[in-house]
Amino acid sequence: MSYLIQGETGDWEVILGLEVHAQVVSNAKLFSGAPTTFGAEPNNNVSLVDSAMPGMLPVINEKCIEQAVRTGLGLKAKINLRSVFDRKNYFYADLPQGYQISQFKNPIVGEGAVILDLPDGSTRTVGIERLHLEQDAGKSIHDQDPKRSFIDLNRSGVALMEIVSMPDMRSPEDAGAYVRKLRSILRYLGTCDGNMEEGSMRADVNVSVRPVGETELRTRAEIKNVNSVRFVMQAIEYEARRQVEVYESGGEVVQETRLFDSVKGETRSMRSKEFAHDYRYFPDPDLLPIEFSQEYVDQIKETLPELPDDKKERFMSDFALSAYDAGVLVAEKETADYFEAVAQGRDAKTAANWVITNLFAVLNAKGVGIAESPVSSDSLGQLLDLMADNTISGRIAKDVFEIMVESGDDPGKIVKDKGLEQITDTGEIEGVIDQIIADNPKQVEQFKGGNEKIAGWFVGQAMKATGGKANPQAVNEILKKKLSS
Amino acid sequence: MAALTSLTLAEASKGLADGEFSAVELTQAHIGALEKARELNAFITETPELALEQARASDERRKQGNVVGPMDGIPIANKDLFCTEGVLTTAASHILDGFKPTYESTVSEKLKSAGSVMLGKTNLDEFAMGSATVTSYYGPTKNPWRGKSDKDLVPGGSSGGSAAAVAAGLCLGATGTDTGGSIRQPASFCGIVGMKPTYGRCSRWGVIAFASSLDQPGPFTRTVSDTAMMLQIMAGHDPKDSTSAPFALPDFAAALTGDIRGMKIGIPKEYRIDGMPDAIEKLWQQGIDWVKDAGADIVDVSLPLTKYALPVYYIIAPAEASSNLARYDGVRYGLRVDGDSLDEMYENTRGEGFGEEVRRRVLIGTYALSAGYYDAYYLKAQQVRKLISEEFSKVFETVDALLTPTAPSAAFAIGEKMDDPIAMYLNDVFTVPSSLAGLPGISVPAGLDENGLPLGMQIIGKAFDEESVLRVAGVMERQANFTAKPEFSAGEAS
Repeated sequence: MSYLIQGETGDWEVILGLEVHAQVVSNAKLFSGAPTTFGAEPNNNVSLVDSAMPGMLPVINEKCIEQAVRTGLGLKAKINLRSVFDRKNYFYADLPQGYQISQFKNPIVGEGAVILDLPDGSTRTVGIERLHLEQDAGKSIHDQDPKRSFIDLNRSGVALMEIVSMPDMRSPEDAGAYVRKLRSILRYLGTCDGNMEEGSMRADVNVSVRPVGETELRTRAEIKNVNSVRFVMQAIEYEARRQVEVYESGGEVVQETRLFDSVKGETRSMRSKEFAHDYRYFPDPDLLPIEFSQEYVDQIKETLPELPDDKKERFMSDFALSAYDAGVLVAEKETADYFEAVAQGRDAKTAANWVITNLFAVLNAKGVGIAESPVSSDSLGQLLDLMADNTISGRIAKDVFEIMVESGDDPGKIVKDKGLEQITDTGEIEGVIDQIIADNPKQVEQFKGGNEKIAGWFVGQAMKATGGKANPQAVNEILKKKLSS
Repeated sequence: MAALTSLTLAEASKGLADGEFSAVELTQAHIGALEKARELNAFITETPELALEQARASDERRKQGNVVGPMDGIPIANKDLFCTEGVLTTAASHILDGFKPTYESTVSEKLKSAGSVMLGKTNLDEFAMGSATVTSYYGPTKNPWRGKSDKDLVPGGSSGGSAAAVAAGLCLGATGTDTGGSIRQPASFCGIVGMKPTYGRCSRWGVIAFASSLDQPGPFTRTVSDTAMMLQIMAGHDPKDSTSAPFALPDFAAALTGDIRGMKIGIPKEYRIDGMPDAIEKLWQQGIDWVKDAGADIVDVSLPLTKYALPVYYIIAPAEASSNLARYDGVRYGLRVDGDSLDEMYENTRGEGFGEEVRRRVLIGTYALSAGYYDAYYLKAQQVRKLISEEFSKVFETVDALLTPTAPSAAFAIGEKMDDPIAMYLNDVFTVPSSLAGLPGISVPAGLDENGLPLGMQIIGKAFDEESVLRVAGVMERQANFTAKPEFSAGEAS
């Protein structure tokens, strides 16, 4: 099911690599003690270092180093025991130092891998080239005044991890799955909150195309700062098609930086290679190289949580879940925790179905996350227990669940208050069935004439007569006996 | 009693302790001197009111028995590269017009906390780029020494204002910064003691950066023991500077034992350069004899990479400067010259705000870091720098200190060498190598040349061995017995 673009000259393959900027979860910025809280008044989270006052010096926030190592471990990547901060020099009004402190030649994390869970349940491995730490810039605000621009330095100096993938993706779905999976891993690790709408995660997407069969990579365009999974996918679709059209009309794709306009759904040229900055990278003389021991790395490794891939494996082997179900359940740690709480000591497959089908439907309808679920894992577990011990039938359970969502009451109480207990008393069921048989001789005739399908009609009648509370299994057995006699 | 402005720091400290005079009296005498010495242009900003306030507070502490140390009540000056809270800080550049920091540099804060009294901010080459204090936006500083010359002479640089102020009796000590010789060379030109500690010994926090991997604050005083006293206060680990050394401080004054018997003093033959004036050649030999007489062993050593030091320095320092000075963009503080676009505002601001020498170095540095040139220039320079450092380390396996001249000439006239940057850069030929290696060095006044101008001898030590440097310097000072005074003195008659 490979993604190909049908051009006039043939099929084209799309080659994708992503650079994801993920804001490090830390109380303070990468090189200053200023806070990183989202939504502060403009220029309130700014220290003398962040505003590049004369004579100010950066001091590494060790928490950010730890978070980068932690992330590297989560990406099964090589951790470099020695890495170096470099200055990336360019002028812009929201870059107070006139350079960004980043890592160029010697990043803190080397090669790793991310495993994508694709919708059909299959997986695909995307290589990670590197992860490095760098400072974010401030924000230029151009729409407050007709002539002047305003600068907000709250983000200036905030720690980012730039995670660079290999050009291993081949479709918008791959890229979407990659961003989702990366976000999932970072959230599990607690190293980035992954809130793309708050800008704590954004992607630069490198796109190139080539005719199917060609092995060389062609010139790529980089789409900057795309801030949602959906936009990543839309931008790729547009850009790949644009490049195919350029080639097929006899043109050449130029190496350039492009911008994705989410309103128009198109990419536009921002800056071509001729105007590309010469960043004049060199090691920042204000900072010593970052050096730490393997023991330090091992200590962090010991504190890593179970990550989505391992959890998925475990769910498949311990709970006999399908790859798809397991993948869906582990995508968010909160969901996985919820599911495990429900599945604990119960039938896991039923638990998975209820979470994925019934609970997700409610959450989607209400537009809330699992943390705000109106039904706790405890309550859902109790509901499953009521089914398991035949107190209620599956059909009644769905009604009870709806009431739970609305009232927040626990299922035991609802069943009791509404008298929804299943009728398992065979005497009572026999009485009901006798009555139905007596009232419907025509249908009995049909059954006896060989129309066995009519048995279902009798079951329906019995359930209707008991308000759905009769144990379906008991109804079946008694009916069979009575009708055959 | 000697005039208050001609005391050494130690004498003044004792006088205050003995109650011979108050900090206010001492400060007033220096403020008086300052006013009479304005023709030297040693200061960019004078802070007499602040000084008197600090002096009164010092006297009050003394009255209460709460003296904070030997520098309590001592009037000093800070090079105008140190950020000082609420006091104009310019780096001698137009681009920092009106900049009053809301913070105090670590070094000046330490001096402040030690009770010293700040008389003002001294002149320097713009952003410390120069060897003559002639590139200042606020005009050149004159050397208080004139000798037989009929012209005004430079005080050396870049810390020329501090050196001139200490030499002329305008303050008892002053801070400087040394990147390639900016403390030692002006100390030599002005006939005083100036020390560059080991890189990392004094915090750079709050010091306006020129070349981060080289910049190092240090003191100017009139005696070696005063230098030990002032360095004791200025130095120490600062967590706000990642390159600050996390070492405990030795007792620098205690290092001045006066005894250098058995110490091995190296004489690097590569410092005997072509065209060096006879007077310097002779004085160097005299210096060698002095330490020999005092019981040290003289060892001839070789540092063959010395000739590469200046070219290496003039790649690394401008490269770092080109990046360090990027923050002066007219956006947040200092000068802004408007333009029709952001780029135009940058061009106008930086074009008008930076002087010629600063622009030259920013251009050189930008070039050296550019794609396609980085490997040939910056990377190569860093590699050679490492070799120079290793070469010093190797020599220091056999010697305790090196003795060399501080500068290849005495003070020259203001205006000289202005049209020839290379000739100007040669001033630092003896100081730059040890700067590249981060080593401590001191200049001690050792004699006068044929024109009656002071010449300094430089002692270079191992990293973080300021004690040996000071010990040898103390003996050199005693042997040289340099008592000559500059022609210009604003102090009271003694």
